[in-house]
Amino acid sequence: MIVQAIAFYLFAAVTVGSAFLVITAKNPVHSVLFLILAFFNAAALFVLMGAEFIAMILVIVYVGAVAVLFLFVVMMLDINFVELRQGFQQYLPFGLLIGAILLVELILILAGSIAAPDALAPAASPAPSLDQVTNTHALGAVLYTKYIYLFQGAGLVLLVAMIGAIVLTHRKREGVKKQDSFAQFARRREEAVELKKVEPGQGIQ
Amino acid sequence: MAEFWNGYLLPGILILAQILVLVVPLLLAVAYLTLMERKVLAAMQLRMGPNVVGPFGLFQPWADAVKLMFKEPILPTGANKVVFVIAPMITFILALIAWAVIPLGTGLVIANINVGILYLFAISSLGVYGIIMAGWASNSRYAFLGALRSSAQMVSYEVSMGFVIITVLLLVGSLNLGHIVEAQHGGFWKWHWVPLFPMFIVFFISALAETNRHPFDLPEAEAELVAGYQVEYSSMSFALFFLGEYANMILMSAMTAILFMGGWLPPFEFGPTAGVLGALWGFFWFFLKIFVLLFVFIWIRATLPRYRYDQLMRIGWKVFLPLSLIYLVIVAGFVTYWPR
Repeated sequence: MIVQAIAFYLFAAVTVGSAFLVITAKNPVHSVLFLILAFFNAAALFVLMGAEFIAMILVIVYVGAVAVLFLFVVMMLDINFVELRQGFQQYLPFGLLIGAILLVELILILAGSIAAPDALAPAASPAPSLDQVTNTHALGAVLYTKYIYLFQGAGLVLLVAMIGAIVLTHRKREGVKKQDSFAQFARRREEAVELKKVEPGQGIQ
Repeated sequence: MAEFWNGYLLPGILILAQILVLVVPLLLAVAYLTLMERKVLAAMQLRMGPNVVGPFGLFQPWADAVKLMFKEPILPTGANKVVFVIAPMITFILALIAWAVIPLGTGLVIANINVGILYLFAISSLGVYGIIMAGWASNSRYAFLGALRSSAQMVSYEVSMGFVIITVLLLVGSLNLGHIVEAQHGGFWKWHWVPLFPMFIVFFISALAETNRHPFDLPEAEAELVAGYQVEYSSMSFALFFLGEYANMILMSAMTAILFMGGWLPPFEFGPTAGVLGALWGFFWFFLKIFVLLFVFIWIRATLPRYRYDQLMRIGWKVFLPLSLIYLVIVAGFVTYWPR
């Protein structure tokens, strides 16, 4: 047990520390790198709780795909660090407001669990033991039966968002040569190459 | 004290020993893979290859290692020092930790986790960070261009790789690598490459792209980017990139062998199955499959010209992704209506 406790405090401390460094680091690329570290340690915390499937998905989706795109954009942007600092006081009230709302919500959940334990009954419904069912099976059994419409709905929302992003950003540029591979494959030898018999000293007319 | 000894120290030492037993031969294999690549390329181009150091050039990897160790490590003035130093370490460490879940035989695995294939997928998707960090920290145009190409390429090919892995999972019904191999029991026509032949091809080509190997080695295209993200690295930091790339090649071959070619299973049901002999027999077939796949990696390098970047992206997004999606639906239909 003591190893688990040490591991938990290590991962938790690194998560909190790197999350703090995300907002204090001067260089935005360093911020993103610390964000990745925070994601990674959060995944480690999931593993400690026995939620290995969610941990791996967290690494694949957030670290492997989302954060790469973050890093991509941040590296490509030409950011003026001094200008970035100047807005600090201007945005401070908004940041504090959002932080306060999150804090109140967390307190409400905690207070609710103490004041009305019945309200949390669905969340505490018995989960299958990890010895009998793997994470993946247990998640699938709930997600594809009880919550199938919500799950499909979430998928549709993402699809709409994706199509919307493509529609908004895609533009047809005129005067740009594009490779048309179908036209290239459809070309036959007969229409592309012509064999001519050349008489000596005469050339081709 | 006894509890501490039995509960923590002994298992800890055991795990460390297992890691050493796996990693030391792996690094040797990486060293000799570089020699094999040079020898095979040389044979295909009617040359001799390295033949001076030792008999048949067998000590060439050691000579290379000594040379790289004694070279001067250079930190460019404009570089972002910490990230610059960490990047090659990340590449190398990621290439090694993936081996924790690779089963070498029945139960012969360091970490027998339920989500083994997801772990492998996660680790291989992290490989891009070493490259993109190196490219950015070098503060050089060539390195940065190489890093951008590489990250776009790896992110694109991961998508179709994920779908290919899902088709295998549909047939097996488990994310555990050991179960995936056991499901292919009973001769080579039961291996997954038969029902999933198109996916086998897609996976292997995606593996080429994931490891930045020819013909998709655009991130380090020496003709246009003078070795891309590696351009500012020298000495051991360069060697770490190099070792990481080759360890990744072996890892991808092992993944292909496990997913599609029955891992440690022999092609016909013969030979010992239990005990030490059975394990060795399993090793033999697993290593033979990895060796053949690595040979194909090198063969492709000797044969094919480099892809153009837009062609690379077209193949990833417009060919492999729809193909693997369609095949996923077909496999799902078959599994539902004709359960094995």
